[in-house]
Formats: sequence, structure tokens, C-alpha cells
Amino acid sequence: MNDTKSPPEIEEKVGVYVCHCGTNISKVVDVEDVAKWAESNPHVAVSRDYKFMCSSLGQELIEQDIKEKGLTKIVVASCSPHMHEGTFRAATEKGGLNPFMFEMANIREHDSWTTDDREAATQKAKALINGSIERVIHHQPLEQIPVSINPSTLIVGAGIAGITAALELANGGNHVYLVEKQPSIGGHMAQLDKTFPTLDCSACILTPKMVDVSQHPNITLLTWSEVEKMDGYMGNFQVTVRKKARYVVEDTCTGCGICIEKCPFKVIDTEFEVGMGERKVIYRPFPQAVPKYPVIDAANCVYFLKGKCKACQKFCPTEPNSIDFEQQDEILKLEVGNIILATGYQLFDVKRIPQYGYGKLENVFTSLEFERMVNAAGPTEGKILLRDKESEPESVLIVHCVGSRDENYHKYCSKVCCMYSLKFGHLVHERIPDATVYNCYIDMRTPGKGYEEFYDRLLQEGTNFIRGKVAEITDSPRTPEEEGKLIVQVEDTLIGRQRRIPVDMVILSPAIEAQPDSKEVSQLFKMGCDFEGFFIERHPKLDPVATMTEGVFIAGACQGPKDIPDTVAQGAAAASRVASLISRGTVMMEPVRASIDTENCSGCRICNNLCPYNAIEFVEEEGYSQVITALCQGCGTCVAACPSGVITGAHFTNEQLFSQIEGLLWDVQELEPVPAGKEE
Amino acid sequence: MTDQFEPVIVGFLCNWCSYRAADLAGTARIKYAPNLRPIRVMCSGRVDPQFVLTALLNGADGVLIAGCHPGECHYVNGNIKTLRRFLLLKKTLKQWGIEDERVQLLWASASEGIFLAERVNKMTEELRALGPLRWHEKVLGMNGAELVTVKEA
Repeated sequence: MNDTKSPPEIEEKVGVYVCHCGTNISKVVDVEDVAKWAESNPHVAVSRDYKFMCSSLGQELIEQDIKEKGLTKIVVASCSPHMHEGTFRAATEKGGLNPFMFEMANIREHDSWTTDDREAATQKAKALINGSIERVIHHQPLEQIPVSINPSTLIVGAGIAGITAALELANGGNHVYLVEKQPSIGGHMAQLDKTFPTLDCSACILTPKMVDVSQHPNITLLTWSEVEKMDGYMGNFQVTVRKKARYVVEDTCTGCGICIEKCPFKVIDTEFEVGMGERKVIYRPFPQAVPKYPVIDAANCVYFLKGKCKACQKFCPTEPNSIDFEQQDEILKLEVGNIILATGYQLFDVKRIPQYGYGKLENVFTSLEFERMVNAAGPTEGKILLRDKESEPESVLIVHCVGSRDENYHKYCSKVCCMYSLKFGHLVHERIPDATVYNCYIDMRTPGKGYEEFYDRLLQEGTNFIRGKVAEITDSPRTPEEEGKLIVQVEDTLIGRQRRIPVDMVILSPAIEAQPDSKEVSQLFKMGCDFEGFFIERHPKLDPVATMTEGVFIAGACQGPKDIPDTVAQGAAAASRVASLISRGTVMMEPVRASIDTENCSGCRICNNLCPYNAIEFVEEEGYSQVITALCQGCGTCVAACPSGVITGAHFTNEQLFSQIEGLLWDVQELEPVPAGKEE
Repeated sequence: MTDQFEPVIVGFLCNWCSYRAADLAGTARIKYAPNLRPIRVMCSGRVDPQFVLTALLNGADGVLIAGCHPGECHYVNGNIKTLRRFLLLKKTLKQWGIEDERVQLLWASASEGIFLAERVNKMTEELRALGPLRWHEKVLGMNGAELVTVKEA
């Protein structure tokens, strides 16, 4: 059918390059045959196969052919454009052509890696390449759009990942908005006691950083706040933040804490102390909280419930008074150039595994409860006690992989539980030297600097290691020595025997899970999360902190289970990615944008409401619609909908796509049928 | 190859989710039917129903449109517009006697390489069972006309 079309104005000379990718492509696709076959296409001037097109020699091949053979268009058949489109566009440009005079055929990810059928794979490669050749003929030169980068950065989540990223950026002289939904920064790390494998105290290494954040002139700290909306694009995001009412005026409050002392009401602290302790209704989550201002828990405050009390206000020593019961949520509009999400994780709800008895058997604890218990600032002041808060356990059993590596809950390994379970073992040995400690594990996973050595240390300290998944925890004894104990039923797979282990205390090490609202958050920031709810990085190995959305980065456990060193490394990595964008000042954006041929626009306005970015406006006096290029993101939904066909999606034009479809089907096309008797 | 009929399926995959799902299927070396011939579009919302018709007219036995899951669209809700157009298109196709299985819409996120591969296998099986589309005969009503199919020389 192509031969019936009028030939393009200038004679196109396409160069086709078929990559072997070592043997990744060539072992399934007959690349020599494909390259030879491509020559038969009348538009193709040069067709070659080459071992590695992405190598510098491969790229030079393209440049040379453009210069020497006067190629006008380039097709490279190799890997996914998500891998090397940039590489080959650059080579095309170096050869003297507009970078958009290039098209890629994905014959690796979409072909050679998906089948062993050589004949079919070769045929498919030809089809994909032919589609690309027919498409590239219609490519138009495009100019990338320069975008200036606002040097301010928004960081969401102020755990150790967000704190690290904020300090890195702020120390480099860049302004940071650090948003945290809790009243204090610090995240989960602030709740921990010791950190493995060095056993340094979590608060001792974290709180100085928290103070640095609070005092840093380049950091605007917004705690008790949540992001509600994000608009814009890389370099120019507009973010709406809700700063929830604290009922405490930050400008006048000195953080003296008298209001907390005088508040007559206590509630169970289910957040910071995970139900292990109490807090006042006006509170600071923990003594070293940053910022120092307390917050009133309006849901439990007697004044808000019954209109009486106001003890905090009465005793507040500041002038003017810092307690403001009338305070409203504040809506802030921020302008930032980049965003780092460091929203962290939550722990698996161990009640979902009823056979472990949490909630029914009082001496079954979660790891975080134990963590608070061993913390000197925690509810038992560091003493390991049973739920009665009096008696010390004589035996403690730690259950690994609660909800992790389990088909029924999460298939993945939560990565940190082996190490902190070992740490718990050590802490029990340290504080109750006579206690017996068991660790029931599936596999012991201790990869990391100094981690295996820590495991060795625990083996020497006398922890009993049982390789087996705990089946059940009960309190129904079968023998006199099981009386009054928790009985842990487990198969010891190393000796091949079922065991019943009577202990006083059980600690469950639950899986690390994505935050419950991670899906909404990923939608808010227009990037993706996987089925488990963890945010998806741009590339699992080579781009672990960027996301599919330009200008939005991720760090820490929101991307997947991680220990503190990895989290800190990601926080710093995300900051460095942002810093490099800031120092570059402007970046180039893909010119994939829609435009309307206003002369032929009928003014039907169908496209106006279709655009998700309100990038199409109707010009009343002229009677046509036009695209506001700065707002257009290039999805092309208006192009598909225009009944007059006057909207063009740059680089995805109708002409290009129709030609690609036809080219792709070169081997199965039916020619126009000739009715019987009409043959010449 | 055996004499089994091998359908040709044109796939319209969105740049952000389903194209990456197909990339992932490849990277993970998941083997599936080589019958899918993918075309990358920025959003499934870019898929003009005419693309589907052009593919069928030009010899494809089926068309697969794949986008992000509802609510996960990179462009807010382009996939919902795809769904609307798809439902309308299916009505038209039905009137022409084109079987339901020939034009399919699916949602595949960037992490669902296996799912995408399974769906391609399933669709390939369904089309094998249906046999070639023969658009000219079925839709254009050129019964008895001489059809010349271009095959590789």
C-alpha cells in the first residue's frame, strides 16, 4: 500500500542497525538474515548487524554512516528504548541529524528474551524493524523544551531517610521543605533502642541530626502536616500542604513542657510507645522530639469534648499565651523544583496470623514493643518484663519471618528481621544473663558489613537457634513443665523433629510493609507502586532512587525493606540527584506535546474536557481551541479524540503510527482484492 | 513450525505501565507466544479506534490494547478514556461479526510482566482457535474475490 502513497519530499535514506547484544539477541534472532533482509526495503540505504551497538564503536558506526552515506533517518534494533534511546539519539545528533530522526526497535526485551523459537523470533524482529522503518520516514525534527529548575526541594517524610536527604541538600546551600505527618521528626529510628551490628544507641546517633534539621537556616520544617496535592512538572511543582492545627502557637511556645505536666488526662500511646505506655493529651511524642512544641490530641482532649478544663492554657507561662483552642488547619502552597519521597514503612499486623496468639496470649510481643521495652527512655525504663510489668522472663523465644517469606502474606524477605532478632537475643543475654534465648528462623540472612560476625557472636553467647517455621503458640500445657508457660510448636528441620518449647516470652518479628496509604501517595505524586505497595524505582539496579516521574525521587523503606545504612545511603543518593539537577539549572524535556491546527479546528470543544491537565483552552472570539504547551504532558488522548483530526501529537503523529502499524504487518497484509473477472 | 495457525496480534502498549511490563517479562526471561507485535504509545488514551481498525484491515488477527490499572494512569485518567472508546469500538466490531476475543483491553502495571505474558498466551490460544480474521471477506464482504496475501518471498 505504501507504493500508492506519494513519496516523501526528499528521498529518505534510512540506516538500519541490528544489534547482536553479545549473544542476547543473536542466539535467538538470525541477525545477519534480518540485516540483509532490511536492505530490500526501498528506503533503506545502509543495513548492518553489529556485536554491540551501544558501544562507542557501534555509535561511531552510526555517526560515520550519516556523514559518509548521507543517511537521513536511523533505526537501531536492539534493546528497549527505556534502556538506550538516549544513547542512540545522542549518536544520531553527533552525526549531524536532529536526535528525533531516530527510532528504536525493541528486539531484545520484546523478542529474543521471550522465546526460543528462532524462526518466529526472526520473523517478529523483521516485523518490528519494518514498523520502525516505516515510522521513522515520517519523523520530524523536534527541539527539546528547556525547563528551569526551582532550587527548592520538597521532602516528604522525616525519618532517617528524609532527614539525611534534607541535611545533604541544605548543607549544599539549597532550600528544603521537610514535611512530616507526625508531630515530631525521627520516624521509626527514634523508637529503636540499639542499632545492629554495632549496638550504638539509636537516639544518640539520630537526635543530633534532628537538632541540626531544626536549626538549619535552609530547612523549613513542617511537622503535623500532610501533602494534599501536587501539580506541575519537573523543575516547577506546585504543592499544597495541610498543616494540621496543633492548638499550640509555634511563634510563642518555648517548649517548656509545663502544659504537658499540668494536663490532668492520660491516654494509651498507641503511636510512639505502640501501646506500651501512656502519654498526656497535650503531648510531645518523646522527650527529644523536634520540634519541641507539643500538640493537643483533640480527639481525647476534655476541653474539645466537654468544653471544660483548659489546664494547659491556664498554666502556660508565655506572654501571649501559646495555647490556642481556636487554631485552624493551615493550607500552604509551596513551589518546588524537585520532590523526594521518604515515607517509610509500617509493620505487618501480627493479629493476621491468629495461631501466633498475639492479643490473646499476653506475653506474646511484637518486635517494636520489645524495642520500646529495652529502650532506657521507654515504658519499663529498659527492663525486660512480662506484660504484668513485674516479672522477668526466664526464657525468651524470637520468631522470625512473621508475615515475610510466607505465601499467605508477603512473599518477600523483610531483610532486617534476622539482624534485629539477633540483636534482641543479645540484649536478653546482656540484661538477664541466666535467661534462655531461642531464635526460630527459616534461613539466617546476615549479608552486610559486620553482620555475619554479629551472628557468630550470638552463637557464642549461647542463643539456641532452631531452623524451622513456628507452627503455633499456645498456653495449653501437655506436661507439668509446660504449666503456666507459652508453648511454641515448631519443626526443627535440622534434626527433623517436632518440638514443643515452653517459654515465658515470645517476640514476633513482623514483616516490613508499605505504608497503608502508599497507593494514594503514589497517585498523588503521579508515580507507581508495586502490588505490595512499595514505590517503583526507575531502574532496579542503575537508577534506584529516581521514579518514572521526572523530578520525583524516592528514598528508604518506601521503596522496599531496608536497614538503616541502606536507607541513609538512599537518602543521600536522592539528595545528590536533586542537587545535580539544581546545579544544572535547566533541563531539557521531551518535546512530545500536542498542538492544534487552529485554522482547521471546528471549535467543537470535545478535546477541552478530555485533557487531564486543562492544557487546552477555547479561544471564544476566534472559535478554536489551542494547547497551552507548558501544561501539556503529551499523553495524546486529545489527538485520538479529535473528530477533525487537526490535533497533532509530536513524535506520535497519526501518520507515524499508521505507517508503523502497516509496516509491522508487512508479511500478512492482504492486497486489495480483485473482484473475479476484473483481472487484466 | 507445525501447520498450526499462528495469529498475528498488534499490541498497543502504554509507555509507563504495560510497555514496561513487557520489558520486564523480557528481562525476567519469561517465555511467551511470539505472536504479539508491540507498538509503544505514550498513553493507552492515545489509541485511536482507527489504529485498531487499520491493524485488522492490514492483516492482524487481533489487537491488544494495554494500559495502566485504573487509578494508576501516568496521565491521571487516560486509561478510563481508553475503556470508554474500547467499549464503543467493541459494539461496532460486533456488528461486523468480529469475535470478542479479537480485540482485547487489559491493565498491566510495570511490575506485572508475568501477567502480561500470560494474557498474551491466552489471547494467542483464543485466536488460534478462532482462525484467521480475513477482514476483506468478513467485513468488506468480498466473498469469492481473489485475495492475494503477501508473504515473505
